[in-house]
Amino acid sequence: MNESREWSSQSIQAEINALKHKPGALLPILHALQDRFGFIPSDAVPLIAESLQQTRAEVHGVISFYHHFRTTPPGRHVVQICRAEACQAVGARQLEAHAKARLGIDYHQTTSDREITLEAVYCLGNCACGPSIRVDDSVRGRVTPEAFDALTDELQTRPLEVMG
Amino acid sequence: MSIRVFVPRDTTALALGADAVANRLAREAAARGHSITLVRNGSRGLAWLEPLVEVETPIGRFAYGPVAPNDVTTLLASGLLEGSVAHPLALGLTEEIGYLARQQRLTFARIGITDPLSIEDYRAHTGFYGLEAALQREPQDIVEEVKASGLRGRGGAAFPTGIKWQTVLDTPADQKYIVCNADEGDSGTFADRLVMECDPYMLIEGMAIAGLAVKATQGYIYLRSEYPLAKEILDEAIARAEQAGYLGDNLCGSGRAFHLEVRLGAGAYICGEETSLLESLEGKRGLVRFKPPLPAIEGLFGRPTVVNNVLSLAAVPFILAEGAEAYATHGMGRSRGTLALQLAGNVKRGGLVELAFGTTLRTLMEEFGGGTLSGKPLRAVQVGGPLGAYLPESQWDLPLDYEAFAAESAVLGHGGVVMFDESVDMAEQARFSMEFCKVESCGKCTPCRIGSTRGVEVIDRIRANQNREANLALLHDLCETMVDGSLCAMGGMTPFPVQSALKHFPDDFQRAANGDRS
Repeated sequence: MNESREWSSQSIQAEINALKHKPGALLPILHALQDRFGFIPSDAVPLIAESLQQTRAEVHGVISFYHHFRTTPPGRHVVQICRAEACQAVGARQLEAHAKARLGIDYHQTTSDREITLEAVYCLGNCACGPSIRVDDSVRGRVTPEAFDALTDELQTRPLEVMG
Repeated sequence: MSIRVFVPRDTTALALGADAVANRLAREAAARGHSITLVRNGSRGLAWLEPLVEVETPIGRFAYGPVAPNDVTTLLASGLLEGSVAHPLALGLTEEIGYLARQQRLTFARIGITDPLSIEDYRAHTGFYGLEAALQREPQDIVEEVKASGLRGRGGAAFPTGIKWQTVLDTPADQKYIVCNADEGDSGTFADRLVMECDPYMLIEGMAIAGLAVKATQGYIYLRSEYPLAKEILDEAIARAEQAGYLGDNLCGSGRAFHLEVRLGAGAYICGEETSLLESLEGKRGLVRFKPPLPAIEGLFGRPTVVNNVLSLAAVPFILAEGAEAYATHGMGRSRGTLALQLAGNVKRGGLVELAFGTTLRTLMEEFGGGTLSGKPLRAVQVGGPLGAYLPESQWDLPLDYEAFAAESAVLGHGGVVMFDESVDMAEQARFSMEFCKVESCGKCTPCRIGSTRGVEVIDRIRANQNREANLALLHDLCETMVDGSLCAMGGMTPFPVQSALKHFPDDFQRAANGDRS
């Protein structure tokens, strides 16, 4: 895992301090934490609560309400498959079944090599050219099962480390 | 002189390999000794032709598409840079492509033509004319102009925009807000995304005008987290607009202020509902609020707030620049102006189609869409997102008009048109509608929270042929309870696709029982 993704109370507090003055700061703070660490560490909850003068229950309630926020570290890549109607009309259900079988995991799970976390998403706004998936921050269109396999091969293959 | 070549950079073009095409073009043109200027424009909205490469010539821009990286060599060899039409991917002059030429583009007049982030491009195509006109007028005057245009909320509810603005203008407060609902969660819709990725200054201008009209000095764009590229482009556009004096403390030197910030949602469909959105902006769970009080009176942080969809705000610069009359001459009945339709799903020629209200659904799907992508017969079409009814062929001659659709228990919503061919299992689609509501319900009211879970179970029993008649009666009853008893449209409209599937495609609910699951 990337070095900069290691969290500490200090680095969490620094993210909170940079945003806590904003009106309605909680979502921006949670986004900042997840963008930096890949997830929202449980130790962040009391720090956020203290800084925003809210209860831990309130903060926890917000984190758990939104599908986007995760409380456990994801794999190196997050792959989201669109499950919504426009993609269903062009084979998203088959793609979904294929992807789960290929990776050997269900939604919200991570492959044993920690490379890919699979998630469902309801619409990526690429509805004229589905089925669509999102790999980290990039969207792919017209994803056939073959294209999915080629993509995951690429994601799961890391170059050998060069000695010296 | 350097030849200008355009390769779009919106999500759809990128999803289909536009970056690789752009790189290949730059490299191969250089190798051939040509000097080209690569412009990363927005999309024209002709999604099935993406990546759509264009070349500027003295007589206009020539289009080629859909271009794969491997096509670049033959395209250059056959005279792409001179606008040659010899290559099989050549489409002729872009403006003469039928799909585009037959549209009435008012809001989307600029998309795909300009570099989305270039203020010079925007100004050269009548950008900021609306804002400059608004700065010369009194708030009440601006509101009157919007009222006279007949503009109704394009998010789906179709509430008259001018009347909403009037309420906010008339409510005294120390701080008012303009909130743009950019939580475009409906499957089959991408018009908001196109505005934000391809013409972001139009939205910024519309929001600044709204601020002047109701005396609000702060705006927020509540953007869904599923649109990372729109976030990047909007943030950059806002920074440049501030620098150029189109946002900030002193709009165009007038001494009037309007500040704007993008806030990200977090994957909750319900936050497209305006009160849930406001809760989310305040940093809370996206629980729907009771109305009244209306957000126009007690909205964000309890202050008077205009909450408008991207397309409503994006229509405003045209109305201020060209006048209400120019907008209102389009349309039919009480549906004035144009509607941004989005052809999606199993469609041969998917994309954005902006038309005056009144065209029929069939014309849209056949003449623009060209039928299904699979080539199989079209069977059902869902208009207006996951809460919209599934329409069978007998309803395809409905004119696209708010009232005509409402009369058939259907909705235009945000203009998404999702086409399905004959392989669709409508019982499965009905089940999905309930499942989606179960996943996305905010949980505040019982009909939606519990009803959706029970709905999935009942449909499963019907499909398994358990107590069929009793369960069908139960499902009808459940749908009625959800429609009548839910707090907002999530629970209140989820039954629309379910009931329409039951009514128009009853055989599909029988299929499982017959063991016919082809």
